[in-house]
Amino acid sequence: MSRPLLVLEHVDKRYDAGEISVAALRDVNLDVTRGEYVAVMGASGSGKSTLMNILGCLDLPTSGRYVLAGTDVRLLDDTDLAAVRNRLIGFVFQSFNLVPRTNALRNVELPLVYAGVKPRERAERARAALDLVGLGDRARHNPSELSGGQQQRAALARAIVMNPAIILADEPTGNLDTHSTAEVLDLMDDLHDAGRTIVLITHESDVAARASRVVRLSDGRIVSDQFQTARGAV
Amino acid sequence: MNLRESARIAVQGIGANRLRSALTMLGILIGVGSVIVLVAVGNGSSVAVQKQIEGLGTNTLVVFRTRGGFGGGGGFVNRATNGTQSTNSQLTQKDVNALDDKTQAPDLAQVAPVVNASVTATYNGATYAPSQFVGTTANYLQVRNYTVAEGTAFTAEDVTNRTRVALLGQTVVENLFGGQDPVGATVQFNGIDFTVAGVLTPKGSNGAQDQDDVVIAPITAVQDTLVGQTTPLSDITIEARSRGAMSDAADEVTTVLLGTHHITDPTTADFQVLNQATLLATASSTNSVFTVLLGAVAAISLLVGGIGVMNIMLVTVTERTREIGIRKAIGARKSDILGQFLVEAVMLTVLGGVLGVAAGLIGSRFRIVGVTPVVAWYSVALAFGVAIAVGLFFGLYPANRAASLRPIEALRHE
Repeated sequence: MSRPLLVLEHVDKRYDAGEISVAALRDVNLDVTRGEYVAVMGASGSGKSTLMNILGCLDLPTSGRYVLAGTDVRLLDDTDLAAVRNRLIGFVFQSFNLVPRTNALRNVELPLVYAGVKPRERAERARAALDLVGLGDRARHNPSELSGGQQQRAALARAIVMNPAIILADEPTGNLDTHSTAEVLDLMDDLHDAGRTIVLITHESDVAARASRVVRLSDGRIVSDQFQTARGAV
Repeated sequence: MNLRESARIAVQGIGANRLRSALTMLGILIGVGSVIVLVAVGNGSSVAVQKQIEGLGTNTLVVFRTRGGFGGGGGFVNRATNGTQSTNSQLTQKDVNALDDKTQAPDLAQVAPVVNASVTATYNGATYAPSQFVGTTANYLQVRNYTVAEGTAFTAEDVTNRTRVALLGQTVVENLFGGQDPVGATVQFNGIDFTVAGVLTPKGSNGAQDQDDVVIAPITAVQDTLVGQTTPLSDITIEARSRGAMSDAADEVTTVLLGTHHITDPTTADFQVLNQATLLATASSTNSVFTVLLGAVAAISLLVGGIGVMNIMLVTVTERTREIGIRKAIGARKSDILGQFLVEAVMLTVLGGVLGVAAGLIGSRFRIVGVTPVVAWYSVALAFGVAIAVGLFFGLYPANRAASLRPIEALRHE
């Protein structure tokens, strides 16, 4: 057994909306090991997105511990959190979130820019990542000139270009047609096969079916946690 | 993220909203341009006044009669002697002779007595009243930096011989002769015939006074015919030995005249010694106040331009909130975002500043309200520097706002 890549211990997240305090996560405990492909499922309002934000270091838990690759993120300041997001996490969003008016190559280069990688190496690595997602020929196109599927593949290239410890995908196929969905999910499978750790949030069971482990959330609590195929299971 | 990366993103941001960026830059352009032009106008008028005073002769001292030491100046002759004055409250030839004595006043090079007269000149049916009619000695021309363009100047002999000759300024020539050669012609001043000996080289008009609207004639002839022998002098115009000897010369003049006027207390002196250098200093200090005021007005427009930059940067930050969220999610630090927007704001003001400098330099090539602007290079550097500072200052708040956005909220922004 390898050491878990990320550990959530008794994580609570509450939002204060004036008088009322809303609990988005209650006592969540979760270990994810390197190489796992975890699908987090749940109805809207079940706390999936909050979990995603905490896992992605975009938000901090109200209480409990979150250890990512051996670091307790609650002890980090803003600058260190930015570095963690930059080096350890690759985001894929439902709405693609490419920077507008910036071509695919530049978008994929962005994490490398913030990491301080030299321009020549940056371009090489970004191009390699685009080739991997099959967008090598669309590198110079702006997001507005790409289809939804192509935009999401560019976003995927951006997520992997830094070789992050974990890929976080929040409803990555939510805005895509069936064909593009299949393309993106096939790519995720390939990444998983190549040994990458993926946490994917979805409410569609056929998307979740591709994962090696399914965690179900309801009302801010984990209600089930099952390994479903041999692939990637520990 | 390095500066080059920030600059590239800034260029993209500016290019994405060309009209908006252009209008924002216009604010800075007008600010910088008007600082340069208005300071150049102030500077130009200062230079003009300086030239005007220097045109009077840089080493020149002028002695005026005053009454009992109270201000007031000049050539108001024919006044009854103030009863409280001891003996001699007028300037006379005796004063001139005393001042001409090198043992008493070694720092004076030339001493020229002056009587002014109010005359109407007629020639061949044309009449003209020159604004200045000066009866003086031959050395006056040298003291006042006048030279003769045509004909000849009158000489010391002409003064001694009471010859009725006159030198005319260009303006007078134009009004009386209208193209004909005046040298040798006979002109009547208040009905008295004078022969035109020469025409003065034009000095040009500079704002306050047309220096060519002048007639100069031997003092003796003028006293004979136009003002009378007993009329006191309007002033005594003196040239000091050198520019450095001006204050010594002024002291000597005071000492000598106190002696001839039998005055023991210098505070009750009945004359005033006007030092051209002091005049120059006063004029230039007045002008620098004027220049500073003009510059301040222009600086306000630069400030307004800066507020425009801030306004646009706030709009830009709001519009690009989502982009900021994306950048933060993929690892942009607070300082990266701050730098990006700060560079964009400064780039707007730098571009506006460069165009403003160009506009200012072009604008300064034209005459403005009768002044030929003289560009002060410090104002160019200052305006450009302030434009950059304005970009930094007014860009800081919006940039800081962008940098402080929380990533999840920024990402949720529509």
